[in-house]
Amino acid sequence: MKFFERLMGRRAASGTVAKERLRLVLAHDRTSISPALLDTLKDEIISVISRHIAIEPDGVQVTFSQRAHETRLVADIPLASRRRGR
Amino acid sequence: MAAKVLTVTSGKGGVGKTTLVANLGVALAMQGKRVVVIDADVGLRNLDMMLGLENRIVYDLVDVIEGRCRLRQALVRDKRFPDLFLLPAAQTRDKSAVSPEDMVQVCEQLSDRHDFIIVDSPAGIEEGFRYAIAPADEIIIVTNPEVAAVRDADRVVGLIEAEEKGPARLVINRLRPEMVKRGEMLDVDDVIELLAIELIGVVPEDRNILVAANRGQPLVLSNNHSLAGKAFHNIARRLAGEEVPFQTLQEPGLFGRLFRFVRPE
Ligand SMILES: Nc1ncnc2c1ncn2[C@@H]1O[C@H](COP(=O)(O)OP(=O)(O)OP(=O)(O)O)[C@@H](O)[C@H]1O
Ligand SMILES: [Mg+2]
Repeated sequence: MKFFERLMGRRAASGTVAKERLRLVLAHDRTSISPALLDTLKDEIISVISRHIAIEPDGVQVTFSQRAHETRLVADIPLASRRRGR
Repeated sequence: MAAKVLTVTSGKGGVGKTTLVANLGVALAMQGKRVVVIDADVGLRNLDMMLGLENRIVYDLVDVIEGRCRLRQALVRDKRFPDLFLLPAAQTRDKSAVSPEDMVQVCEQLSDRHDFIIVDSPAGIEEGFRYAIAPADEIIIVTNPEVAAVRDADRVVGLIEAEEKGPARLVINRLRPEMVKRGEMLDVDDVIELLAIELIGVVPEDRNILVAANRGQPLVLSNNHSLAGKAFHNIARRLAGEEVPFQTLQEPGLFGRLFRFVRPE
C-alpha cells in the first residue's frame, strides 16, 4: 500500500516530513509560544476583528513563518465574501 | 601566541562529539600543531579510549582543579605525536566538581605552550555544557541529520547566542548519502537552513569509525582514504585557517552526487 502511495506521489518522503515538522517545532521552541497559545491568540484575534469587520472565522490561520533567524507571527484572515453592493 | 580554545558540543548525546574531538586533535597534530584535548565529560571518561591512551592516565582534570597535582603532571602525552596531549576527565566524580571559572583558568594556563585546546563537552545543556563553553573562543556544534538531534542543536545555538559565545559553526555527522538521495534523510541544506548557522564540515556514516574506536586509533591516522577520514582532515584544515572548499570532497559515484547538496562556503 505504502509503495503505491509513494508511486502515486501522495506520500511525502520522510526527509521532507522531518524538515516540515522541525520547522514548526523550532519556531515554537525559539519563541516559547505553544500551539495552545497560538489557538488562544487566534480566538482573540477573531473576536477583535469581528467587532469591526465581517470575516470568515473558519478560514483564519495564525502561524509562524521562519526565515533564518527571523520568526514572524502571521495571521491570515479571510474577509466574509459578499456580493458587490450586497 | 595564545592558543585557540575550541569547544565541541551538541545538546543531544551520542551524536559524535568525542569522535570528532579525537580526530581533530590528531589531524591538527599531524599538521604540526601543538594540541591539548580536554575531556570535560566528568564521570563519563571516553576520550582516552578513543585515543588509545587509557592506560597512561595518572591524574585528571579534577585533580588539577582541586590542587592534587600540577597541570603539567595531568597531561598525557600521545604515543604517536609528541605535541598532542590529553587532559583526562575524572571518572569517579560528577560534574559539580568543575566550574566555568575552573575551565577558564585551566585553558589560560595551557594557552602559551599550545596552538589549539579542544574541549569535549558533555551532552546536555546543564552545568557540564556551561563549564565546557566557558573558555571557548569558538564553538562547534555537532548534529546528526535526524529530528531530535537537530532540535537539540537549535536549543544549543540559542543558549550560545544568549551567552554571546557565538556564532557557532556546525558539523553534520553520520550523513547517509543513499538515504538523502531517496529523500529519506534530511539533507545538508535542510539542516543549515533550519539551524541558520555556518557549516564547517559534513562527515558521512562510516563503519570504520567504530573500528577505529575499537583500536583506539582515530580514523584520520589510517591512509585508507575513507571519506569520513578526509572530512575530519578538512575540518581540521578549516580550523587552522585554510580555505578548503566543500567541493574538494567531490568524488565519482554516490558521494559525488551527495556533495552537490553541499553549498560552497
Ligand atoms: N560518522 C559516523 N559513522 C558511524 N558511526 C559513528 C560516526 N560518528 C560517531 N559514530 C559512533 O557513534 C557513537 C557515539 O559517538 P561519540 O561517543 O563520539 O558521541 P558523543 O557525542 O561523544 O556521545 P556522548 O554524548 O555520550 O558524549 C560511537 O559508537 C561512534 O563510533
Ligand atoms: Mg562524548
